[in-house]
Amino acid sequence: MSQKRLLAWLLPFLAIVAVAGSAFAADLGSLVTNLVTGGYSERDDAIKALATSGEARAAPILQALSAGDLYVRNSDKLVVIGKVSASGGSGKLALTDAVTGKDAGTAAEDDLDKVKVNNRLRGTIDAAMGSLTLMSPDPKVRRQAAESLFTRRDASALAALEPALAAEKDDSIKRSMIEARAAIVLTTPDTTPAQKLAAVAVVRDRGDRDAMAVLQAAAQSTNGEVKAAALAGAESVRNTLQAWTQAQNVWYGISLGSVLLLAAIGLAITFGTMGVINMAHGEMVMLGAYTTFVVQQALRSYAPGLNEISVIIALPLAFLVSGAVGVLIERTIIRFLYGRSLDTLLATWGLSLVLQQAVRSIFGPTNREVSSPSWMSGSFHVGQLDVTYGRLWIIVFALLVFAALLLLLRKTPLGLYMRAVTQNRPMAAAVGIRTPRVDALTFGLGSGIAGLAGVALSQIDNVSPNLGQGYIIDSFMVVVFGGVGNLFGTLVGATALGIVNKFLEPYAGAVLGKILVLVFIILFIQRRPRGLFALKGRSVE
Amino acid sequence: MITRFLWTGMGRNLRLFVLLVLAVGIVVPALNLLMPKTSAFYVPAYALQLIGKYLCYASLALAVDLVWGFCGILTLGHAAFFALGGYCMGMYLMRQIGARGVYGNPILPDFMVFLNYPELPWFWHGFNHFWFAAAMIVIVPSVLALALGWFAFRSRVTGVYLSIITQAMTFALLLAFFRNDMGFGGNNGMTDFKDILGYSVQADTTRAALCFASALALAIFLVISGAIIGSRFGTALIAVRDAESRMRFLGYRAETYKLFVFVLSAAMAGIAGALYVPQIGIINPSEFAPGNSIEAVLWVAVGGRGTLIGPVIGAFIVNFAKTYLTGALPEVWLFALGALFIVVTLFLPKGVVGLWAQLRARNLARKATAA
Repeated sequence: MSQKRLLAWLLPFLAIVAVAGSAFAADLGSLVTNLVTGGYSERDDAIKALATSGEARAAPILQALSAGDLYVRNSDKLVVIGKVSASGGSGKLALTDAVTGKDAGTAAEDDLDKVKVNNRLRGTIDAAMGSLTLMSPDPKVRRQAAESLFTRRDASALAALEPALAAEKDDSIKRSMIEARAAIVLTTPDTTPAQKLAAVAVVRDRGDRDAMAVLQAAAQSTNGEVKAAALAGAESVRNTLQAWTQAQNVWYGISLGSVLLLAAIGLAITFGTMGVINMAHGEMVMLGAYTTFVVQQALRSYAPGLNEISVIIALPLAFLVSGAVGVLIERTIIRFLYGRSLDTLLATWGLSLVLQQAVRSIFGPTNREVSSPSWMSGSFHVGQLDVTYGRLWIIVFALLVFAALLLLLRKTPLGLYMRAVTQNRPMAAAVGIRTPRVDALTFGLGSGIAGLAGVALSQIDNVSPNLGQGYIIDSFMVVVFGGVGNLFGTLVGATALGIVNKFLEPYAGAVLGKILVLVFIILFIQRRPRGLFALKGRSVE
Repeated sequence: MITRFLWTGMGRNLRLFVLLVLAVGIVVPALNLLMPKTSAFYVPAYALQLIGKYLCYASLALAVDLVWGFCGILTLGHAAFFALGGYCMGMYLMRQIGARGVYGNPILPDFMVFLNYPELPWFWHGFNHFWFAAAMIVIVPSVLALALGWFAFRSRVTGVYLSIITQAMTFALLLAFFRNDMGFGGNNGMTDFKDILGYSVQADTTRAALCFASALALAIFLVISGAIIGSRFGTALIAVRDAESRMRFLGYRAETYKLFVFVLSAAMAGIAGALYVPQIGIINPSEFAPGNSIEAVLWVAVGGRGTLIGPVIGAFIVNFAKTYLTGALPEVWLFALGALFIVVTLFLPKGVVGLWAQLRARNLARKATAA
């Protein structure tokens, strides 16, 4: 069928839709009846009429018709959609009223009359589905239709596209449609070079991978000026894409870096202040994640309305839980081991095993489900950049924690004491700072921050007893790389390692990339045994 | 003369202990082979295997103790040397399977056929000869230790930083050996061994011989370590551990001492790993897991670091407890292991051997005051 004829068919209906869409809606019943009566050509018209009706039920009905699932019930001539049901017993079909979409019981196939379709009708249905979704009242469906049209480049859909374009109010969907039209223009042989050149410009501005595919295909099938324009366009798209890929890598790197920062920053404090290697730090992170899980479970039972902010409620609780455990550990184990940092390492490793096994005994060895609030799920696009809300929030959160910690260290008495103890413990004690108290609080603070990290990680990682183990080595690498006793070192270290990791991944693969980073750090420590930002002063030796 | 040097280098206790290790290495396999199965003195095959395994662990513990107890380097990556030695042995054993594999390829091990390797990778050549594999068992861990140690000690990386580097090393190796395209069998590792030096690894006599070999290796390591520690070199080594800067100022090259011991210890760990693999019958990347290295450190801590007998005793105690608890009360094992770490560091800084010495000293003091 030529496009003009299709257009001629469609236009009247479109006009009717525009004028009296609602009047039609009431008439879905008669539209459906037309669908199952008369010869093929009448039913062809009926399909088009249904497709342009703007009815929400139109799509499922047409799909059922195309798939051969549309039936007429012999007993009352009701038009139904029949699906083989699991529960209905053998040979029975579960029925849905085509018009209302309501359940209509079950029936044996013998009691039903199948509505027959041939290939011509199927073609009409396919085209109608395209236009149906383009005209859908739901903007999401329209956008999806336009996008899928761009990739399919189905010339017969052009007819449906034009009126949809004219009717479209949403600018971004409109652009998608214009791009789809341009893609179709480029693939149809009988358009003029001027039209094609304009289309090349439109597609080039789109600038993504699909656009490059369209332009490359166009360069193959055309010649002369258009071909040159298409080739140049494809090249420019490739350059844009490459730039975006780099940007995406940087983004992933920053995202990974923020996770590393969260995990490592608490470690940096305890390590920096007390020279204590806390191998149980990862388990503090894990405790934070399990706190989130418990909070969500409690809210689900007692206050379902607060589920959306469960993560925010979990934050202070996780800080308290991990912080309290941290203070407890410091008071019962670590304070006896000051000056023997290698022994602390062993003791805290043992502690990490105990904590892991404890959590495994209480919560079971399997992953626990922690749900994300709606404001943390989904994603948006900045150009070609795919930004997920969850990751974005974690970056924001990591920076907030960093800033808060910096303020604490710089502007509060506790921070002053902590810095004093870090720089010179005997001197600090001599001027009257109660170093044991500062040690306990510092350790609690570092552990509490690990708990906060746990809340964030529960959103992107599996909450299992092994959660912490995956981060402990990376965290050490960050602290050692960044330099001990310097928060900015940790920030730079985390971001740099995150980005380097993500840039290596495409070339070397995830595992090899990680190995290279480890080797790099091993070599780096040889050059600068005290990290990027080494602490100067007496504490060094 | 050398034997006299070695023998006099050791204290009386160590001499007796070496003899005890050798006695275990002879008596246990003998009881397995010679006693009738009904006899009360019969050592069942699984016990023989366990003791062989413990002996290998004890060698590893001794290697860790050499660097930690006498050199002050807390290594968290010694299991990597152990596993590397094990992999070298595994490669030899894989080549010995020959055409008896599932795919019947005379050259390529099964996993390579499965992964569509066209030919043997270059680093697999030579492993069909035992002498080559035996050399590699010593050379590969030594070279790695030499490279790491040379860089680290020269730039005076010490303490915690060194521990983290060694941990990063074993972690990187863990990740690397998990990769299928490394050519070491990926995460399945190597298994289904058939022969060693022409004898079936399943045979009782082979197992007995391997158990004896493990004991012999441990005894030799003890003798070598004792000789080193008892010599002037050992005295300087301990001085480097306790006051590195002072030794430097006195003109000693601290890094040379450390490097020598580090490399020797890696070679010992490699040999222990090589003896371990044919007895266990499998080698896979999980042997590189950082936890294994730390566990080896625990054996030393439990037994008593800075002594040569301690690590051996520690390895036996902890692993016996592990075998028993993981079988009888699997839930409790990690609690027990974790608690052991904490208790030993808090209350037994010198380990079981130290505790014994401590108690004896207290007894003597009491007797002295009583008299």
